[in-house]
Amino acid sequence: MSFITSANFLWRPAAILRHAVLIVTGALILAPFVWMVSLSIRPPGEIFRASFTFWPAQFYGVENYTKALTQAPLPRSMGNGLIVCSLILALQILVCAPCAYALAKLRFPGRDLLFGMVLIGLLLPHQVLSLPLFILGYQLGILNTYAALVFPYVVSPFGIFLFRQFFKTIPDDVIHAARLDGLSELTIVWKIMMPMALPAILAFSIFSVVGHWNDLFWPLIAVQDRSLMPPPLGIMAFMNEEAGNDYGPLMAASTLVVLPLLVAFLAAQRWFVEGLTRGGIK
Amino acid sequence: MASVLLDSINKNYGQTSVLRGVSLSIADGEFLTLLGPSGCGKSTLLRILAGLEMQDAGTVSIGERVVDGLRPKRRDVAMVFQSYALYPHLTIASNMALPLRMRQLSALQRLPLLGGLLPGTERIVAEIETEVTRTATLLGIGHLLSRKPGQLSGGQRQRVAVGRAMVRHPAVFLMDEPLSNLDATLRVQMRAEIKELHQRLGVTFVYVTHDQAEAMTLSDRVAVMLDGELLQVAPPQDIYADPDDRRVAEFIGSPKINMLEGVVRERGLIDVAGSTLPIEADALAGAHLTLGIRPEAFHLADHGGQGALTGSVRMIEHMGSDLFVHLDLAGIDHPLIARLLAERTPDIAPGQTLHVGVRPDRVLLFARDGQRLLFARDGQRLRREVESAGASITPIRELAR
Ligand SMILES: Nc1ncnc2c1ncn2[C@@H]1O[C@H](COP(=O)(O)OP(=O)(O)OP(=O)(O)O)[C@@H](O)[C@H]1O
Ligand SMILES: [Mg+2]
Repeated sequence: MSFITSANFLWRPAAILRHAVLIVTGALILAPFVWMVSLSIRPPGEIFRASFTFWPAQFYGVENYTKALTQAPLPRSMGNGLIVCSLILALQILVCAPCAYALAKLRFPGRDLLFGMVLIGLLLPHQVLSLPLFILGYQLGILNTYAALVFPYVVSPFGIFLFRQFFKTIPDDVIHAARLDGLSELTIVWKIMMPMALPAILAFSIFSVVGHWNDLFWPLIAVQDRSLMPPPLGIMAFMNEEAGNDYGPLMAASTLVVLPLLVAFLAAQRWFVEGLTRGGIK
Repeated sequence: MASVLLDSINKNYGQTSVLRGVSLSIADGEFLTLLGPSGCGKSTLLRILAGLEMQDAGTVSIGERVVDGLRPKRRDVAMVFQSYALYPHLTIASNMALPLRMRQLSALQRLPLLGGLLPGTERIVAEIETEVTRTATLLGIGHLLSRKPGQLSGGQRQRVAVGRAMVRHPAVFLMDEPLSNLDATLRVQMRAEIKELHQRLGVTFVYVTHDQAEAMTLSDRVAVMLDGELLQVAPPQDIYADPDDRRVAEFIGSPKINMLEGVVRERGLIDVAGSTLPIEADALAGAHLTLGIRPEAFHLADHGGQGALTGSVRMIEHMGSDLFVHLDLAGIDHPLIARLLAERTPDIAPGQTLHVGVRPDRVLLFARDGQRLLFARDGQRLRREVESAGASITPIRELAR
């Protein structure tokens, strides 16, 4: 398509409408974030002003961010988030990849039934399971440890589903070739399927990390110890105890918590979209 | 080196029967081609041979050893796939080295960093590298070793796939339509190279194709497959000139063999398409037969009558030294195709009436059920009485035994 026709194409009424809808939804989603960032650089007095400008009259960012970083154990909770999210992700991939491979490429009785159960698992909201999981954690005696934060998420139906869909697009011939070359089934998973499914793994990683970095519900149940709290719980504790109505530092803390995710997503954006939309590898 | 024996292999996918009683014996060092139309089960048979798929019944032996239940890597076979099936994330060198690494290095030695420190690893890795480089140079892809498959042309990928199979020195080479993704020129070139490879390696080749030209030029023997059954296994020239079955005759040869319905008038004469041909049919008068006549079995005749067919020219295809003349015969809905020598054929125009003579010894006779009738083997003519139409006819294969 030439540049001129594509420019015309943009100005067609349908295209204008489409873009308008996209811009409005984008703005709706973005607005709270913009506000959060804006609040995080305001002095207390300006926060409840009726008039809204993005840039405050008095720049108070340094004070707010210093307060967020020093008065609350924010670095500690972000460190916790890092540990918990990486543990969850590593274990998820370790478990999901072989499962997905079996569901996508091996033939055995009951396979479709098992896949059906994965789909059911996909439908269940995690909150439904929190009580049984809490009791299980109690029985295992792992409540209030890192293990408590990790164990409910190790088997991810979503991961199994996503990997399976991607593995299905990898031609059987490649697996046959690998078998003839002498690779065992597990070696095929790690040495052939995983590298070929890299976009799907990246997409899944982002989902997983974002989900568990931001998770509040389960950590609230599973840990009491402040030194174990992941970021959102840390912020909540901060809000209750130190900040009170001091929203500036609170918003600064929130911004800091979201920042790593934002950076990671922007860095991996290309693969993320590819992993969710692309068919297979030619 | 190994012979291959398939004994009454059956394979079903759910309700559909894909292979039915396939038995085949392949000699050590032979080049055997499985030829058949798309979907007839060629790849399935090859996968069963390789151990990638289990047969429902029957046995597979490779080199006198029954290999049923043996995993693919234990069967000492290598396969070249139609899609090449290269590993897209590995370089060409790693693609080709992988089968050797898996065989010659232990699991510990294959570990990324630690493996290199173990005794012996370095030497084996160097050996593998030498072997890969040697094979790649032989195939003319030595300069591509550091590239990824995505950066190669189709022909180059094909060579890598062959190279990956070759480095292992397997006893049996399996090739599943390795040339079908190449353009015509490259296909002819690679065909010659595969032939050369077979002669140099001297190992057993089982080659799958649906391209007759490939089958005819490459093979020691061709196995014609249709709907999951082996119809005939014979050297290429026999498959063409002496087919056992009507379906084989129709599948082989381009343009297709002409099939004409005929009725035996009396011994030595068959009525066909409004004419009478002097063909020894050894069938009772009144028997219905099908005559298979290859286009090149015709020659131009001066006049109609006994021994010649007469029709009006529908179309003429000039092929250089030959002409393909399409003739409409009375009472036959599809045109007859005759291949005539261009220099001996006067100018003919569509619509013109033309007489073509038939060499009686080139006519193939088929019974109603498609079995070949009355053919000479070892100079001895098999005699058989064919009653009238619908009479039961002993299959030729049983007679030939
Ligand atoms: N996994 C499978 N499940 C069900 N049916 C299958 C499966 N694999 C092959 N078939 C069927 O078996 C038949 C033979 O397949 P096969 O791949 O052996 O054909 P082919 O002769 O190699 O054809 P082509 O020349 O197109 O490659 C086909 O009808 C196909 O639909
Ligand atoms: Mg095939």
